[in-house]
Amino acid sequence: MHVTRRLILGASGSLALPGLLRAQGTAPIRIGEINSYTTNPAFTLPYRNAMQLAVEQINGKGGVLGRQLELITRDDAGRPQDAVRLAGEMVNDQKVDVLAGAYLSNVGLALGEYAAQNKRLYIGGEPLTDAMVWERGNRYTFRLRPSTYMQAAILAEEAAKLPAKRWVTVSPNYEFGQSGVKWFKQLLTARRPDVQFVGEQWPALGRVDAGATVQALEQMKPDGIFNVLFGPDLTNFVRQGNTRGLFEKRSVASLLTGEPEYLDPLGDEAPEGWIVTGYPGEAIDTPAHKAYAAAYRAKFNAKPMCGSLVGYALINSIAAGVTKAGSTEIEKMVEGFRGARFDTPVGPAEYRAIDHQGTLGVFVGKTALRRNEGVMTDWRYIDGKDLLPGDDFVRGLRPASAS
Amino acid sequence: MDSIIPQLLTGLAGASSLFLVASGLTIIFGVTRIVNFSHGSLMMLGAYIGWSILTRLPREPEWFVLGIIATVLATAVIGVLLEVVVLRRVYRAPELFQLLATFGVVLILQDVTLWIWGPVELPLSRPRWLRTAFDVAGSRLPMADLILIIVGPVVLGLLWLVMNRTRWGTLVRAATLDREMVAALGVDQRLLFTSVFALGAGLAGFGGALSLMSASANLHIDLAVITDAFVVVVVGGLGSLTGAFAASLLIGILQAFGIVLIPKSTLVLVFLVMAVVLVFRPNGLMGRPQADAREALVAAPVVRPAPRELRLLSLATLLLAIVAPFFVGDYYLTVLTDACVAVIFATSLHFMMGPGGMASFGHAAWFGIGAYAAGLLMQWIGAPMPIGLLAAPIAAGIVAALFGWFVVRLSGVYLSMLTLAFAQIVWAICFQWVELTGGDNGMLGLVRPEWARDERVFYWVALALTVAVALLLRRALYAPYGYALRAVRDSATRARAIGLNVGWLRMAAIVIAGAACGLSGALFSYGKGSIFPTYITISHSVEALLMVLLGGLQTIAGPIIGALVYTGLADILMRSTDLWRLVLGAVIVLLVVAFPEGIAGAARRLWLRGREA
Repeated sequence: MHVTRRLILGASGSLALPGLLRAQGTAPIRIGEINSYTTNPAFTLPYRNAMQLAVEQINGKGGVLGRQLELITRDDAGRPQDAVRLAGEMVNDQKVDVLAGAYLSNVGLALGEYAAQNKRLYIGGEPLTDAMVWERGNRYTFRLRPSTYMQAAILAEEAAKLPAKRWVTVSPNYEFGQSGVKWFKQLLTARRPDVQFVGEQWPALGRVDAGATVQALEQMKPDGIFNVLFGPDLTNFVRQGNTRGLFEKRSVASLLTGEPEYLDPLGDEAPEGWIVTGYPGEAIDTPAHKAYAAAYRAKFNAKPMCGSLVGYALINSIAAGVTKAGSTEIEKMVEGFRGARFDTPVGPAEYRAIDHQGTLGVFVGKTALRRNEGVMTDWRYIDGKDLLPGDDFVRGLRPASAS
Repeated sequence: MDSIIPQLLTGLAGASSLFLVASGLTIIFGVTRIVNFSHGSLMMLGAYIGWSILTRLPREPEWFVLGIIATVLATAVIGVLLEVVVLRRVYRAPELFQLLATFGVVLILQDVTLWIWGPVELPLSRPRWLRTAFDVAGSRLPMADLILIIVGPVVLGLLWLVMNRTRWGTLVRAATLDREMVAALGVDQRLLFTSVFALGAGLAGFGGALSLMSASANLHIDLAVITDAFVVVVVGGLGSLTGAFAASLLIGILQAFGIVLIPKSTLVLVFLVMAVVLVFRPNGLMGRPQADAREALVAAPVVRPAPRELRLLSLATLLLAIVAPFFVGDYYLTVLTDACVAVIFATSLHFMMGPGGMASFGHAAWFGIGAYAAGLLMQWIGAPMPIGLLAAPIAAGIVAALFGWFVVRLSGVYLSMLTLAFAQIVWAICFQWVELTGGDNGMLGLVRPEWARDERVFYWVALALTVAVALLLRRALYAPYGYALRAVRDSATRARAIGLNVGWLRMAAIVIAGAACGLSGALFSYGKGSIFPTYITISHSVEALLMVLLGGLQTIAGPIIGALVYTGLADILMRSTDLWRLVLGAVIVLLVVAFPEGIAGAARRLWLRGREA
């Protein structure tokens, strides 16, 4: 007991120090970031690398408001309850100015709820759920990445150009999968009333019974398949589908499959001709992206992944928001982040004032094989602001208390 | 339906891969009585090692076979290491204690695998011959499926031969039936256990390597596989190979057709099957009732009231806890609140597990029901916190009573597995009934009333409830009811003979434990402000087990100490290192090896040694 007490007292004493320093106005601006580093390392480790790169670059240029940025990261073990506890640690002990992070949607929502109840600023990087800025949006929560709606919207637009009329869907059985399918159905049917959805499959996340699932889809004799599976489920599904000929003479629209995190593991079995959202990586030859990719390679000796882009853009967006606010006072930052514009390696973006959604865009293209590896071809970048629904629609979804 | 045959074949292939994992698990359990959580990790290692070997070999079928054999041998060696280094030291510990050790191994292997092979999933590039398929009834049957369909029965046949036609197999079967008798006849148990472990681990590695034909080696295999494997083993009947095969067929085929008929049934199907089977056949399809009469002679020591010194220490700790908010920071206050929740969570499990003798693998179900009861009441009628805290134990208690009716007739691991199945069903309902519960996005906005908004006040509320629950549970234990409950645990037959109503006594224990646990769930939810289905996951249930076993089953202080140690350890480790799973796993294994009777048990032994000598 004595040891514990001494530990706690000692720890809180040393942790109080940054608080004292901060009063002088030159202390670093602290970003407390929480993510699923142990449960989803394939995505989050490149993401953390890129965040560190961005922090380094910004500090090299003199920081933000004349103060250095400081990044503290924590692992949430994939559990929202742990994320909330760590958010408390970040705010109360580490005295962070901005909370950030989350990979899973429910972790993002939990952190958003913490931010609302405790009046703290939270910038979600990766979570895709629409609820985070719409039905469950609140004054203190912003989100960077294009949401499930935005990703499904562009796929529906592309799918509407195809002759396919009989569609089936296959999707992991949780919120991301459910809303992906919901929006795709709704938006495709709006554009093409002649389209029919003749069946659906809902394998458990991470535990797809791929043979049976592919067989079940095959029986429905569809023209088109909408897929939301990713990660190990996708690998499994694609292999079974290839062997059983599920994808032959059929159109496939697939969410996120163009991200190198999910496309690379498919190796020489990567499907060809799928319409996907994703990230073409080093194939992007704008000067901004080339500089970013070169810096990333130089520092980590690895190719930048989609997660890297999100991490890099996240830190830059926070720097822009704080700069625009001119202060790290919470309410001022909320106003500052609204409409804050920032540059990303793929183009300029901003946090919309109306719903706090970032307008980072989506790459859409087709998959192809090059030298036995899956790549995105014929891709184009669509600015996020062109993918979002009308303002009235958004206002109708967002609670009044979120203003 | 012209598709019945293709779907059936797919189901058979799925059944075979289930059987490969489950067969090893059931053999290990049959002989050593170890609930081996690390079996999924062995399969994961099999997949990774298989990947490392097969990517270096030529791609012809004969090399593929050779690579698989090498993988099986490698995992068998790892199994032997595991048995010799860790498990051998804890065979004498109370039943289920080994479970704790194997869970520590799971945590260690997760980080070790990540460290060796990296975070990216590793698919084996399939050689051309593996990409072929055969036309069957108008559909294509992949080569991989065909191989699996053949391998499953072949493995069953080989195992049957080994078990029935060799001396070693005879010993294994004898040990499965009656371990003590085999030992009494002079059979070298160490060798037997080690070799059984090698066989089981090799089978897991075989399953992992074969899974590379269609899936990748990835870091999620261990936990994805282990629950399914448990289900198969339990449905088949513990220790029964043919039972495991029958259960694999049943589940594999039901799964294949189930997703055609009800696509959204994927989360819950296998657990529903297990629940139904256990309700009608309490020992699985082909299991026999476990012979427990002899073991019951070594009755657990009687729990006695704590000595005066311990009471004084407890009182001092309590006083310290009461004044803690005046000298710890805000964050540590929330950790202390979490610790209070953990104490209720653990003591409630201890109540049914220690004195009640019913180990629950699904204790998080009550936690979740309490949480959701509070959340739903708030959503429907805006019920404030006190009502929520009152309603949570009532709701959890009522559900526990309904559920207890099915459970009390079971015993041992079957009972544990039925609780696991039930928890999974509750989880699936909360996860999938989006309109009611918000699905995996959870329920947000569980706000505390103004007077409890302050962290300190809320902490005192939590502390007061924790002390009240702990004292009530203690009171129940020393009441005639508690003695009767312990009599039932030690020998149900004798208890019945002296006129005790066994079913009713156990039912009451489940209801009390469920209600107390429901309170902790609601308390936790008000602390976090939101409710998620992750509160009901298997890993949360396992945490409860960890806390109870770490502290020790035989004292009332045990679960309290276990909860405090576990909460503190997990919090400190998670914040200080990315390798927290490795360290936590290692600490758990060390504690198990050093204190096979739990921390409190060890302290008690040391204390008594000084006094009674």
